[in-house]
Amino acid sequence: MGIISRGFGGRRRESVPGLPPGQYLTHDFPVLSAGPTPRIPLDRWRFTVTTETGDRTSWSWQEFQALPQEDVTVDIHCVTKWSKLGTTWRGVSLDTLLSDVDTAADYTMVHSFGGYTTNVPLEDLIDGKAWVAWRFDGEDLEPEHGGPARLLVPHLYFWKSAKWVNGLQLMNEDEPGFWEAAGYHMYGDPWREQRYQGD
Amino acid sequence: MNQLDGNAMAGDLREVFAVDVTAARFLCAGCGHAGAVATLRLWGPAPGQVARCPHCEDVVLRVVHAPDRIFLDVRGAVRLELPLADS
Amino acid sequence: MARAAVSGRLIWRVATVAGARWETPSARTLVLDLPDWPGHLPGQHVDVRLTAEDGYRAQRSYSIASAWSDDGDPVELTVQRLDDGEVSPYLTDGLAVGDQLELRGPVGGWFVWRDTRPAPVLLVAGGSGVVPLMAMIRARAAAHARQPFRLIYSVRTPADACYGEELRRRVRDDGGLDVQFVYTRKTPEGWPAPPKRIDVATLNTYGWPPDFAPDCYVCGPTTFVEAAADILVALGHDPGRIRTERFGGTS
Repeated sequence: MGIISRGFGGRRRESVPGLPPGQYLTHDFPVLSAGPTPRIPLDRWRFTVTTETGDRTSWSWQEFQALPQEDVTVDIHCVTKWSKLGTTWRGVSLDTLLSDVDTAADYTMVHSFGGYTTNVPLEDLIDGKAWVAWRFDGEDLEPEHGGPARLLVPHLYFWKSAKWVNGLQLMNEDEPGFWEAAGYHMYGDPWREQRYQGD
Repeated sequence: MNQLDGNAMAGDLREVFAVDVTAARFLCAGCGHAGAVATLRLWGPAPGQVARCPHCEDVVLRVVHAPDRIFLDVRGAVRLELPLADS
Repeated sequence: MARAAVSGRLIWRVATVAGARWETPSARTLVLDLPDWPGHLPGQHVDVRLTAEDGYRAQRSYSIASAWSDDGDPVELTVQRLDDGEVSPYLTDGLAVGDQLELRGPVGGWFVWRDTRPAPVLLVAGGSGVVPLMAMIRARAAAHARQPFRLIYSVRTPADACYGEELRRRVRDDGGLDVQFVYTRKTPEGWPAPPKRIDVATLNTYGWPPDFAPDCYVCGPTTFVEAAADILVALGHDPGRIRTERFGGTS
């Protein structure tokens, strides 16, 4: 390691016991992005689940709003080392969205407006582990944080919680999404510190 | 947030290449636009640097820093043309 | 002529702060002692890395303000303090003479001026974007170069202008350098026009005509750079002769 910069503190952060290895607690909500923020009017929004055989199930914003909603409180962990505890969200569980979907696939590719993708095994999206969330901290989710809606998969590093989510593609084989293809880990478990390929 | 350009990647790219690459010309795999790497529109640096074509916004280069490795993904560039002498 | 291309892996170096001076109430020049510095071209920058005691790191790029000669002058950076910045306030307000600073460079081989280029030069600076352009002006003087330079420097108020004294002196003594200020919020006493942003009239009047085929360098916040570059193209300048460097921060 290089030199220590005398008197340098950096952004407010705390090392707190109980966080996954290598993480700091932050009190703000950093915005990290791979491209321009998509602006999606609600009348253009759709969420589509496509099975491995090409069958589709799709919801408009109104149809999505009519589904059973859940309010959840979760901890989130970004691969860039910041964590936020006790964040509150409202959204629709993937269990609800997948309830009438007939599939034998084990893997998914999550798609977003603007072209972002990330891969998540199907079993990591079900049984109460994931939501399509549209409210954060009591307010509608802002575009820079992924609004109108983002995927929320808090048990994996937060790059898997795809912003501006618009669909799920079920796949028989695991394939890398945007950051996975660029060097990040295929699975991304913060508790095993799976940040990069080969970790 | 004010967006940077490929000039800001000079240091990262210099860790991969032995010469400066910001003066290199890229050919975008998406639209065929050619230009200096320095003119790519840059998002990042976390979780990685994403350099997009100023013409079509497709991703041309991605750089991810791990503690002991650097990943450079160039699939968005059909080719890079690097000058050999000071131009 | 300095050779800026260094073969082999680019390493992080430790610089010692040998001196510091304020250019404005919020912009500070750091004078760095860097043994074995390979030299640099005007327009290049360095990446500065800060490490806190718990290992947390932050890194930013800063343009080199000084020109380089074979006499081995110290390397100077001029840092503009951003109120909500993480690194700049440490460099302007925390770092003391005698402290060490880790940096990597010089880097950036596109946004550079070489005195072997015969064309007249137009420099368009928005705020702290003046730093790499000042390195070019200083390099021109050190090389006794004859190519005429015109600097158009946009600032919010007269108090925000860096290098004011030095620019006046160089306009008087260097020969072939002209400087025109643009004030966007507050003009000096007796200024003939109200404050305004950079526009067609300014670039047309104080720039070079396109048929002089000048080399144009535009640097500053992104919105400034894009506005100025668009105007230059609209005035008829060849886009291939316009080099831009976008800085972060507010515009």
